[in-house]
Amino acid sequence: MVEEQFKISLRHIRKAFPGVIALDDFSIDVRKGIVHAIIGENGAGKSTMMKIIDGVYQADRGEILIDGKHVDITDPIVSSKLGIAMIFQELNFMPEFTVAEHLFITREPRKLPGIVDWRKLYHDAAELLKTEELPYNPKTKMKDLSVSDIQLIEISRALSKGAQILIMDEPTASISEFEVRRLFRKIKQMRDAGVTVLYISHKLDEIFELADMVTVIRDGKHIDTRPTSEFDSETIVSAMVGRKVEDIYPTRDTKPSEVVLEISNLCAPKVCKDVSFYLKKGEILGFAGLVGSGRTEILSLTAGLTRYRSGTIKLKGRPIVVSSVSSAIKQGILMATEDRKRYGIIGIRSIMENISLPNLEFVSRFGVINLKKEKKISANIAKDLNVRAPSLKTLAATLSGGNQQKVVLARWLLRNPEILILDEPTKGIDVGAKHEIYKIMNDLSMKGIPIIMISSELPEIIGMCDRVYVVSEHNVIAEFSGSDITQENIMRVQTGGNRE
Amino acid sequence: MKTIFGKRDIKLNTGSIINKYGIYFILVLLLVLCSALSGNFFTVKNLLNISRQISVTTMIALCEMVLLICGGINLSAGAQLCLSGIISIYAYLATESVMLAVVVAILVGSFLGVINGVITCYLGVPAFITTLATNMIFRGVINVWTGGQTIWGIGGYSILGQGYIGIVPIPMIIMIIVVALIGFITKNTILGRRLLAIGGNQNAASASGVNVKMNTFIAFIISGALAGLAGAVHLSRLSMGIPTAGEGYEMDAIAGAVIGGTSMTGGVGSALGVLIGSLIIGVINNILNLTNVTSYVQDIIKGLIIVVAVLLDIQTKRNFK
Repeated sequence: MVEEQFKISLRHIRKAFPGVIALDDFSIDVRKGIVHAIIGENGAGKSTMMKIIDGVYQADRGEILIDGKHVDITDPIVSSKLGIAMIFQELNFMPEFTVAEHLFITREPRKLPGIVDWRKLYHDAAELLKTEELPYNPKTKMKDLSVSDIQLIEISRALSKGAQILIMDEPTASISEFEVRRLFRKIKQMRDAGVTVLYISHKLDEIFELADMVTVIRDGKHIDTRPTSEFDSETIVSAMVGRKVEDIYPTRDTKPSEVVLEISNLCAPKVCKDVSFYLKKGEILGFAGLVGSGRTEILSLTAGLTRYRSGTIKLKGRPIVVSSVSSAIKQGILMATEDRKRYGIIGIRSIMENISLPNLEFVSRFGVINLKKEKKISANIAKDLNVRAPSLKTLAATLSGGNQQKVVLARWLLRNPEILILDEPTKGIDVGAKHEIYKIMNDLSMKGIPIIMISSELPEIIGMCDRVYVVSEHNVIAEFSGSDITQENIMRVQTGGNRE
Repeated sequence: MKTIFGKRDIKLNTGSIINKYGIYFILVLLLVLCSALSGNFFTVKNLLNISRQISVTTMIALCEMVLLICGGINLSAGAQLCLSGIISIYAYLATESVMLAVVVAILVGSFLGVINGVITCYLGVPAFITTLATNMIFRGVINVWTGGQTIWGIGGYSILGQGYIGIVPIPMIIMIIVVALIGFITKNTILGRRLLAIGGNQNAASASGVNVKMNTFIAFIISGALAGLAGAVHLSRLSMGIPTAGEGYEMDAIAGAVIGGTSMTGGVGSALGVLIGSLIIGVINNILNLTNVTSYVQDIIKGLIIVVAVLLDIQTKRNFK
């Protein structure tokens, strides 16, 4: 049998970062003209692999072959010359540039050396958009486009530069259902034109719809590669996770009792109209829904991060007004936000200061901090949550995602919360730390602290929650509890729109 | 990796030691170098002289530091200094009380800080623009008020800048008190922590219930008060109310603060560091004077030092971003 010619192959790639081996003896062969999905949990090494192919990182060991030939990809310029293009999860663009300028950046048509031929630039851009069937005006500014629009423009730009291998890093993470359809059509069209697509995701339904081949990656190691048809969701999940689902989600024995929080007819401009829900003591309540569905925004109202216009919030039967974060904190409604780097930790300050920040009044008199007391309470809670760091003075930015999350949790737990809201608490955290976070959540719940968890990861919702609200288009559209919390049920209402 | 509570795991790598204490090494090195360059340098008289010279710079540097740590800046410090100082002189001339004149200087400075604070925190103009504009406004007010004329004959008011207690110059005592006070505020009070948190990550501070506007507003007032006090000391040292006093001082002060480890992007800074930073600038000025280097060359040297200091700052911060 003749050896099959692969478009791109990685052989025995190893890449280590301080404290973690991101890729370990990783090999993969990708055939030409297919959609090859790379699937794995957060922190499994997917993005590192992509960045090595794109030349952002260099492997410590191993080699890359394109069309069977050894290549040295020393930086993204080299990879672009080799016909590799990457569509990043967080798109890079200049907001004030026009679509045409963006499409031809660094290769603008010139009249004389250094002088841009603007007329030709806009003409060429219009032609390109036409052949790609994109309905944009070349003179539109990038900042006026949606994430999905920019993705499509990025793809067109890559194709116009002769890209043969297109890498997409979780492109559907923040676009709407309609836009996903549009993107998938484009991807299929590209594949049929002979382009090889490497598609990174951890969403199973997308993989089954789109991919011809699937590679599962876990803890930096290659686990399995097969045609998509040979997988089903159960085999993929167990390959991804490497253990049984019961082992990831620790069990807990609580009986939700009386209603602690009751939200009725909450209304805020651009956030929601008439949202109602409740939370019971001892409950872990899930808020499921696609990114952009409004979950975070709705709960931000409850935690005072944004203000609501009308509606009532009842805490333990007593109506309260939440007008700011500090008023929410005073009532005991605490929220650990999703974007830890932006809204959670203060990277340049120490673990201790991060923990004590909203709790300084406990260790102060007349505005003067008792530093010894502060150290003591911070150390105790950090120890309880098993924060791993050289010392309390370690800067928060140097911690891993899991430990940063623990610091944020520690900050709020010092206050004995009435209600704890966790927005994507395990995002960007490795499997082991995830398990620890889940255990902490269970402990708290058993202590009677009710928890609301917003999550995009259905397995997490299913594994942890007693009850789930599904949010779509800024509204709570369905509620499931107990054994009704299933992937099928949630997916059905999520994608089905407004049916009950 | 170990937990926080292992006892033996306190490990300081050389890099972080140099980052943390580098500024002290530089100061010691400088002192040794200066002693070698001029026999007149390492004398009690000269050292006290330096302390008197740097007292105003240090206070203005603290006035910058208080705002820099929370992500602000004060480009109007020089004009705040001058306006407060001149009103303070009027107060002295009217009442003959130095104490009262000092209080007036601090109050006027605070009031000017309130103006900056309202425009920045409550009207939403970036601190850089606000203080750039108010610098012109305050300076303009001074000139309109005095007609551009210097006020002579301030008599006993000059004790503030020129007096001694024993052999210790009064400005030095004032400076030390102010350094201690600001050091205490930044390190030991809720306000200080919140300012550092705001400068470190405003969004996160806000999500932790910190009132960003109010705390920054207070920082503007403290900054103004420090400029006011510095104004009284400065004009007293000059023995006159000169309408151009303090022009460009904010730049020297920002340099001093940054050399002293204050981050231009917020979140890091200490009063002691600022003192050391001003000392370094003061010592360099002093030795250049003692060795008869012209003031033009002095400017070049000072500029180079600022570049080096900021490079160090960037280098330190790169590790955390």
